[in-house]
Amino acid sequence: MVKEFHAVWRDKKTRFLLIFPPVVELIIFGYAATLDVKNVSIGILDEDNGPVAREVAQRIQGSTFFTKYHYLRGRSEIKNIIDTQKAMLVICFPQNLSQDVSSGKGSTVQVILDGRRTNSSQITLGYLSQIIGRYNIQLFESTSKHVIRPEIMIRTWFNPNKIYCWFTVPSLIGTIMAIEVIVITGLSVARERELGTFEQLLVSPLTQWEILIGKTAPSMIIGLLEGTFILVIAMIVFQIPFRGSFFYLYFSIPFYLLSIIAFGLFISSMAKTQQQAFLGIFVFIMPCFLLSGFMTPVENMPQWLQQLVVINPLKHFLVIVKGIFLKDMPFSDVVENIYPMIFISAATLPFATWMFRKRLG
Amino acid sequence: MKVTQKGKSNGSSWIRTRALMIKESHQIIRDPSSLLIAFALPFIMLFLFGYGLSLDTNNLKIGVVMEDLSNDARSLAYAFANTSYFDARLGHSRKYFENELISGHIRGVIVIPQDFTENLRKGEVSPKLQVLSDGSEPNSATFVENYASGVFLTWLIANGYENATRTSPLLDVEPRFWFNPELSSRNTILPGCITIIIAIIGTLLTALVVAREWERGTMESLMVTPVKIREIIISKIVPYFILGMVSMLFSVAICMVLFGMPFRGSVFALCIISSAFLLVSLAGGLLISTLSKNQFVAAQASLVSAFLPTTLLSGFIFEIDSMPAILRAITWVVPASYFVPSLQTVFLAGDVWPVLLPATGIMMLIFILLFTITIMKSPKRLEAS
Repeated sequence: MVKEFHAVWRDKKTRFLLIFPPVVELIIFGYAATLDVKNVSIGILDEDNGPVAREVAQRIQGSTFFTKYHYLRGRSEIKNIIDTQKAMLVICFPQNLSQDVSSGKGSTVQVILDGRRTNSSQITLGYLSQIIGRYNIQLFESTSKHVIRPEIMIRTWFNPNKIYCWFTVPSLIGTIMAIEVIVITGLSVARERELGTFEQLLVSPLTQWEILIGKTAPSMIIGLLEGTFILVIAMIVFQIPFRGSFFYLYFSIPFYLLSIIAFGLFISSMAKTQQQAFLGIFVFIMPCFLLSGFMTPVENMPQWLQQLVVINPLKHFLVIVKGIFLKDMPFSDVVENIYPMIFISAATLPFATWMFRKRLG
Repeated sequence: MKVTQKGKSNGSSWIRTRALMIKESHQIIRDPSSLLIAFALPFIMLFLFGYGLSLDTNNLKIGVVMEDLSNDARSLAYAFANTSYFDARLGHSRKYFENELISGHIRGVIVIPQDFTENLRKGEVSPKLQVLSDGSEPNSATFVENYASGVFLTWLIANGYENATRTSPLLDVEPRFWFNPELSSRNTILPGCITIIIAIIGTLLTALVVAREWERGTMESLMVTPVKIREIIISKIVPYFILGMVSMLFSVAICMVLFGMPFRGSVFALCIISSAFLLVSLAGGLLISTLSKNQFVAAQASLVSAFLPTTLLSGFIFEIDSMPAILRAITWVVPASYFVPSLQTVFLAGDVWPVLLPATGIMMLIFILLFTITIMKSPKRLEAS
């Protein structure tokens, strides 16, 4: 076991790979992985030239949401500016807009959005509707005295300002641990086999179980350290409040790591060369990553796929880590998500061991 | 004399390159794992991305707490239950649904408070509706809030309270989504997926293959032959280029047949932009393997330098404009950040050359840069003699 740990640590390049990528991943993911929309470019086509259009345009410019404005001279320019993605949307104020609004007849502004950026353009439209909605209320209040408008009190729990990295960074604790651990376990056996040291291990008086534990324990320890490291950065650098219990978190991490290690050992025992092991890891980590709820929510998947992703340990761990981090999740909810991980390990570990033994035999 | 020698060496250079290319192609065909990567991988990835990744938030699970039991409150609750935006459960206990929100079983709670009907009828105080959303999923939270407002306003109008709700009568908004009117996020995600596939084939595969030659020492044996380093590199690039292009066309076919994506551009434009991106990826893979000469490191390095930026900094899920300035600057040198919008344009908008040409130009520039560095860093000193 100590030897395994040394083997991982001694190799300078491996050591570098253990420390450097997680830090880079953390920073890039933490700041880049956001579904927020900011700094939007908007095209404004004013055929009205009246006070209403000017007022709305001013409100658009006054918001921090839109940062670049292009004034268009005619309808013919709309196609060009949207096609070339210089603007995500164009707002068109029709002729006689001000007149129709002040006379009480009402009017419509047309908004053309770039459907290539589906999510962003929807969010942008929501924002623009809010600006115009607020303006409408003011218009209405100025024309009639008695207004009752329904109120919706919105409160966003756990993350009142909807800061996106409060979602990504805790999730990264799970994803980065998974990547590191699977690479270490997946490649360790394959590398030894390539170098021929694995045969030496076999002729040594160690039993298969001892070899297996020797391969498992260092990954477990490194995974735990890695997780703690990210946890500390999340709290200090990203200033994300940790509301739950450290005990619950550290109670669930070993179950999670064990289920990942089981997959790693399985890949390891299958692969003859490092290249094969690496491809195996890739084949495992891609779906594990994409179908975990980290990139896009699990609820958006078709029903049959939602049932299938139950076998993804990352999916369960993300619920736990976000729950403990932001929501102060009670123990019963944590356990509910630990069960599936125990089942996963219980199914894959014996299989990996069997494969191992077959290879050794 | 000099001239003839030069001419002769040019001629044999082509022969040597061709021989190496043939050898390289044989190697690809003989090695099933390369072919597996070129055809099975796109299939699996497109499948995962096409079904697994979706930003189309429908059927959000919510709970509706009815503290008011009047007919009006009931009708509103059913309005929430019947819309396709929500998968709503009705109940009376606020505490129960709050716990469900914590455990992540639902993404939002809508509370119809006790004095709701009273306020609605009297018309003096505004009727209040409370919406709690799960901020640990910020994107879903935004959708819960927007949809809830929408359902509430529609209900008010449908039930004859519209005189109280004339919030947007004077100035209406009429949105039009060009290129993708049904707003399917799959149409934007799949081009991103093809980008990742090409990046993997280009970078990872070449990096591994060349690093393996270094590890096994066959590269050294190539070097003592009269083959020039330029010829070695070209002979490595061409077969993998063909492999990548075939795999790209295969992926596009899957997108159109299986997922019914529109293809409004031309195959010519598609081939031009894909070639540029594929060349950049190949050059990146060669550079990595030349520098590392070790499969393990090459694999890790290509993961960090090709896969991650392609996924994160290309703008296919995460909008580049929303990133901090430093990261936006980094995306300028990420080839995928030019390729993804180009591919989306060819699929959804058509051949918009003002988008495609500059993108192709910049990708070619990056390619030339990487290619030159690779040649300079290649330790072939024998050709001097």
